[in-house]
Amino acid sequence: MGFNKTLIAFQTIVVKEIRRFMRIWVQTLLPPAITMTLYFVIFGNLIGPRIGEMNGHKYMDFIVPGLIMMSVITNSYANVVSSFFGMKFQRSIEELIVSPVPNWVILTGYVTGGVVRGLLVGLIVTLLSLGFTDLQVHSPLVMVSVALLTAILFSLGGFINAMFATKFDDISIVPSFILTPLTYLGGVFYSISLLPDFWQAVSLANPILYIVNAFRFGILGVTDIDVGVAFLMIIGFTVVLFCLSLHLLNKGKGIRS
Amino acid sequence: MNHALTITNLTKVYDNEFEALKGISLVVKQGDFFALLGPNGAGKSTTLGIVSSLVNKTSGTVKVFGYDIETDLVKAKTQLGVVPQEFNFNQFEKVFDIVVTQAGYYGIPAVEAKISAEKYLKKLGLWDKRDEPARLLSGGMKRRLMIARALVHEPNLLILDEPTAGVDIELRRSMWDFMRELNEQQGTTIILTTHYLEEAEALCRNIAIIDQGRILANTSKKELLQKVSAETFVLDLDKPINSAPELEGFECRLNKDGCLEVGVAQEQDINTLFTELNKQSINVMSMRASSSRLEELFIRMVEGEE
Ligand SMILES: Nc1ncnc2c1ncn2[C@@H]1O[C@H](COP(=O)(O)OP(=O)(O)OP(=O)(O)O)[C@@H](O)[C@H]1O
Ligand SMILES: [Mg+2]
Repeated sequence: MGFNKTLIAFQTIVVKEIRRFMRIWVQTLLPPAITMTLYFVIFGNLIGPRIGEMNGHKYMDFIVPGLIMMSVITNSYANVVSSFFGMKFQRSIEELIVSPVPNWVILTGYVTGGVVRGLLVGLIVTLLSLGFTDLQVHSPLVMVSVALLTAILFSLGGFINAMFATKFDDISIVPSFILTPLTYLGGVFYSISLLPDFWQAVSLANPILYIVNAFRFGILGVTDIDVGVAFLMIIGFTVVLFCLSLHLLNKGKGIRS
Repeated sequence: MNHALTITNLTKVYDNEFEALKGISLVVKQGDFFALLGPNGAGKSTTLGIVSSLVNKTSGTVKVFGYDIETDLVKAKTQLGVVPQEFNFNQFEKVFDIVVTQAGYYGIPAVEAKISAEKYLKKLGLWDKRDEPARLLSGGMKRRLMIARALVHEPNLLILDEPTAGVDIELRRSMWDFMRELNEQQGTTIILTTHYLEEAEALCRNIAIIDQGRILANTSKKELLQKVSAETFVLDLDKPINSAPELEGFECRLNKDGCLEVGVAQEQDINTLFTELNKQSINVMSMRASSSRLEELFIRMVEGEE
């Protein structure tokens, strides 16, 4: 396919993906808005004042960046895993397989769909947070690039999950048993400096810790870890997952018999 | 000139080690209307699945308009429109969106895609349903939706895996007219599988019969029908008779409806049969073939192999 046709195919996938999550906005956009508002009210407003300061910031301000990242992570992952697995399940993936769309376009199309949903939800949560705190952005460039890279990374994660999944249960195992625990332990609600040395070291093996801290640095200017290292890690993981996704797609894993 | 489809020594062994295709070779000429016939599990969908990239081949070559699916896959795919046996669209999407999206996958700009989608949805009688989610369509409509989707980019080779399964008689006739028009006026090469042999007899010029992963016959419909050496006719008589008469040169028997069934070999002429019947004062009110000729041949070939 020439450049123009490839671009049209890419747009077609992205538009279809956006149309899908917009059509079911009650399942895709509303729940994170409600959950995050509850977090703001309960942890920020009710419990926060009793905790006092964390890394030199009000507790509410400290948790907002982590909660925004948490919504970006869950929503970009969820979008791609459910959409792509749904296509496999209904076999409408065959519409793409018979057509001349190159695999890398299929992959980037789906990832873009996940990124759009992740960032849109991130934006909604950010706007909601303004009702509870007045955020001053320390470094907009860091903030936006971390959000974007994270959305890409977890969209790829969702894609790989969907490629391996053979039944509906398989698409909720990773989010419930891996993603959620890692997010909670990734320094969304606390600074790892509060942990004993041993658990601080263990925490450093959690990729989400780097994401949350880099994003918090973008907004508040404070972080538990080196932001440069965080960027390297996120980019490294993204490249690895992209190659793995493309490899699985080329092999037709779970798609072609 | 390149053939629309060339399959050479194609084999398929599924992951469970089932050997679905045992080395088949086929040629479909450009502009042909071709039927691939065979009993359930013969390997028809497997063959068409390999041609349309939905199934990986084990060995052999497949070329679509000269493009090898191994080395020139993108070019091969642009030639193809595929209507699979099972429904494979997103049930929650709207009919119109499904067809327009498919055009987008082939790189057709939105404006043109919408015009083409409208054209084919109208031709297939689905225009009124364009804003309905696909799951609300009836079975026959879903099948027509898949045909519209396969045609939206105007492919040169259309693959139809049982397109008329579950379609009512009247509609089937109108689909036949539609497919004929497509083949004759637009020059689209069509390959179809069907279990309605009268459909293949009415539409196709060339036929292959496949069973247990092997091609049993691959020739023109005309030649195939000439192989039918005898035909069975059913005769309704004006008054019942007790036992089948002895007719010189003809095998005959009474069936359970009281009609006379007579086997007529190809070289025998039917006038002789009536002369024989007249001699015994048996009057025939009407007469018909017991089944389509292709059906007789098909059954004989498939059974003969076992
Ligand atoms: N994914 C698969 N894994 C294992 N075996 C399969 C698979 N798909 C098909 N088969 C087997 O391959 C054989 C051929 O199947 P195929 O679907 O090609 O038959 P068909 O000629 O299209 O039959 P039908 O008229 O019933 O549609 C069957 O025995 C079937 O059980
Ligand atoms: Mg079949």
